Amino acid sequence: MMEKGLVDILHRCFRCGWCKLPTNYHDINCPAYLRYRFESFSAGGRMWLIKAWLDGEIKTSERLAQVLFSCATCMNCVEACAIPHIKDHLVDIFIAARQDMVETGIIPPSVRDYFKAMNTNGNPYKMPRADRKKWAEGLNIPAYTGQEYLLYIGDEASYDDLGIKMSRSIAHLLNEAGISFGALFEDEQGDGNEVHALGELGLFAELAHQNISDWNRRGIRKIITISPHAYHAIKNEYVKHGSTFDVYHYTQVIGTAILQLPKRREYPSRVTYHDPCYLGRWNRVYLQPRSILNSIKGLTLVEMDRSMQNSLCCGGGGGNSFTDILGTGPDLAGRSRVREALSTGAKIIAVACPQCYRMLDDAVKAENAQEQIRVMEITEIMNLALP
Amino acid sequence: MLDQEIIGKLKTILGSDYVSDAAEELFIYSRDQGVQDPHMPDCVVMPGSAPEVQEIIRLAMQKKIPVVPMGGGLLLSGLTVPLKGGIVLDMKRMNRIIEINERSHYAVVEAGTSQGMLDAYLRKHHPGLKHSLPDAPPSATIAGNIAIHGSGHLSQSEGGFHSEMVTGLEVVLPTGELVKFGSCSTVPAWFSRAPLPDLVGLFLGWNGTTGVITKVGIKLYPRPSLHDVMVFMTEDIDLAPMIISRIINTEVAEDINYALAPKPDYLNGFQMTVINVTANSEAEIKMKKQIIRDALHDFYETKEAGFMPVPPNMKAGFLEAPQKALSKFADVRKGGGFEYVGAIMPIEKIPEACRAGMEITARNRITYSLGARIIGRGHCAMFFFAYPFNRVDREEVERVKKALEDTNKTALQLGGIPWKAEVQGQQLILKQMEPETYRVMKKIRDVLDPAGIMNPGNWEVG
Repeated sequence: MMEKGLVDILHRCFRCGWCKLPTNYHDINCPAYLRYRFESFSAGGRMWLIKAWLDGEIKTSERLAQVLFSCATCMNCVEACAIPHIKDHLVDIFIAARQDMVETGIIPPSVRDYFKAMNTNGNPYKMPRADRKKWAEGLNIPAYTGQEYLLYIGDEASYDDLGIKMSRSIAHLLNEAGISFGALFEDEQGDGNEVHALGELGLFAELAHQNISDWNRRGIRKIITISPHAYHAIKNEYVKHGSTFDVYHYTQVIGTAILQLPKRREYPSRVTYHDPCYLGRWNRVYLQPRSILNSIKGLTLVEMDRSMQNSLCCGGGGGNSFTDILGTGPDLAGRSRVREALSTGAKIIAVACPQCYRMLDDAVKAENAQEQIRVMEITEIMNLALP
Repeated sequence: MLDQEIIGKLKTILGSDYVSDAAEELFIYSRDQGVQDPHMPDCVVMPGSAPEVQEIIRLAMQKKIPVVPMGGGLLLSGLTVPLKGGIVLDMKRMNRIIEINERSHYAVVEAGTSQGMLDAYLRKHHPGLKHSLPDAPPSATIAGNIAIHGSGHLSQSEGGFHSEMVTGLEVVLPTGELVKFGSCSTVPAWFSRAPLPDLVGLFLGWNGTTGVITKVGIKLYPRPSLHDVMVFMTEDIDLAPMIISRIINTEVAEDINYALAPKPDYLNGFQMTVINVTANSEAEIKMKKQIIRDALHDFYETKEAGFMPVPPNMKAGFLEAPQKALSKFADVRKGGGFEYVGAIMPIEKIPEACRAGMEITARNRITYSLGARIIGRGHCAMFFFAYPFNRVDREEVERVKKALEDTNKTALQLGGIPWKAEVQGQQLILKQMEPETYRVMKKIRDVLDPAGIMNPGNWEVG
């Protein structure tokens, strides 16, 4: 059941629509509303429907599930909402409503499959745990044995081919920078951020407790994450389950260690940076990724109209990169983002998140724009500029 | 309830993604943020182009299905709530900015283009130009606002209601024809409604009963680089018309708003006249502010009124456009709602309107914010009687409904006319309107909409 504090503020949404746009109003900035366009899929519409649902005015239905689970938890609504006392809780309410729907047992099949895979396989790719070490094949990455940092890889960067490219590149650069770190490989398990965002808070608590206990047992104090989603879960959600780790996204560590890296050669390129929601709006990390890119000689960093706190989500947040509730079509957030990136004249979309990497790479193909632009993770660009 | 054959035809026209008769969409589109009773549509559709609108209208005409066009859906007075069911036509997918004419100062946009998106587009691509922004949230649409005779931050200095800033329209008639009005009907440019017979007015103020606007040409204005605000305070309500007239007559104020509210406590009993000034240099803005000070000199010399020092955070709020303050007002009762009667009235009626508003709210035991935006160079005011309410307090909602009814009557008695009035307010207006005027309205509507499908229930004698 949704906690009373959240139920008590549901009716205070005026449904004024600020939540649909970024704070600079450039274009629709809510992935679900952008895709579906019905008022019911805006944050305000969702608030009113949740209230109607809890009041018994509308019934549990597939459509309501689609409305609830299409939210990308990107926090644009929180950023843009005009009403101070409710804005901070909008996404909490959406997640709590999902939790209520999970408890009713009526959830979209793809969400059900995601939970099933997480329960059965410990990852959404239904891959064996032993394959978690494959990302590091051929690299000299040490197992964690008390180094300064645990490099937490996560599901996407362990199993997805683009994610693997990313984890390999980041690990290489951390090595180059002389950072003391180790990884857990097949001893690692998912962080559960998407389990949480999709409303299965019981399973999330279990994952969090297992991870906290395992990491404490190993004496881990400092953690570097590949994914901003893992960064958020471990930094902000695990603390509610008793964790005390110092958590860093890799861009924060590399951003600080730039001077330790070998002198870079020029890499002339026109790049635009896509802020991941879980790094940007959720955690206010905007500058370090940009400083890394700006440290590359010859690289011109151009901003999209929607950047930093106004960034458009890739559409993969809130579990959507696995559940695909947002479906297909030109109004998908990822495709809109690629068109926006193209309008800057950039040849590269730089990313710092394995989910954004996958979503935007797919979107470039869907837009048939492979000749004009490509998606690269920040350290991949850095590594090209290393001698 | 529409039969599935019609839903199927709508899906053939628009694609299944943009047609819904699901309970969730019917619920949301059956109501707006105000206190009017909900009425369920039979389905909601979202056209992506004018030809699609034509096909929908032809189908609706053939089957005699009511059609309610909707923009931002922020009217509060239920004008896009489908009183007789039927199809709600959500226009917001049609949001392309088609043309900006830098030299002739106009923009052509599709009907679903939001105020915020046009403003952002102009700031980026044509930073020297702007359009008049209403106080509505940025998600309000250009077409919706002009269709209801909206007003905004350039209404005082640049020519009145937003409907007066329209340079041309493209409209799907209730019989399905796509028609252009204004210069765009004759030459490939949207610069003016003159010198042709002015048919644009057939679609402004009619609450969507005469057709579906699909494109709008609107005037743009220079965007000076500097913007400042002055706040003139007085305790004497009767001074307001004189103060406002003096400011108007300086011809240097961009926007003039007048307000009073019981909260915050330290401002209770005071009225604020908020004067926006823009300029292209510090010297110019200084000069304009001095002209305004000089115009009001005798008021503050005699201590009847005076300028309030505006702290930076308050100033930032005044300078914000669009303003979040209006949406925040919906949270005054911690209940997600407010209602208002915006009555268009002569400026000299402001003191009476203030007193009446305070009396009505006291009688109905509700709180208020009262005020006015000056329209044109003092040609009239849009006086607002705004009442916040708690959506879940049914008793308070009923009191606000009663206050709205009282306010509509009072506005008419004062010599004003309620703006974008809900159906009951429309009927009060029609009751007072000269019968011949209403007969002409009806004749025009019968000619344009022989099947009577467009937003039925609106502008009809009860």
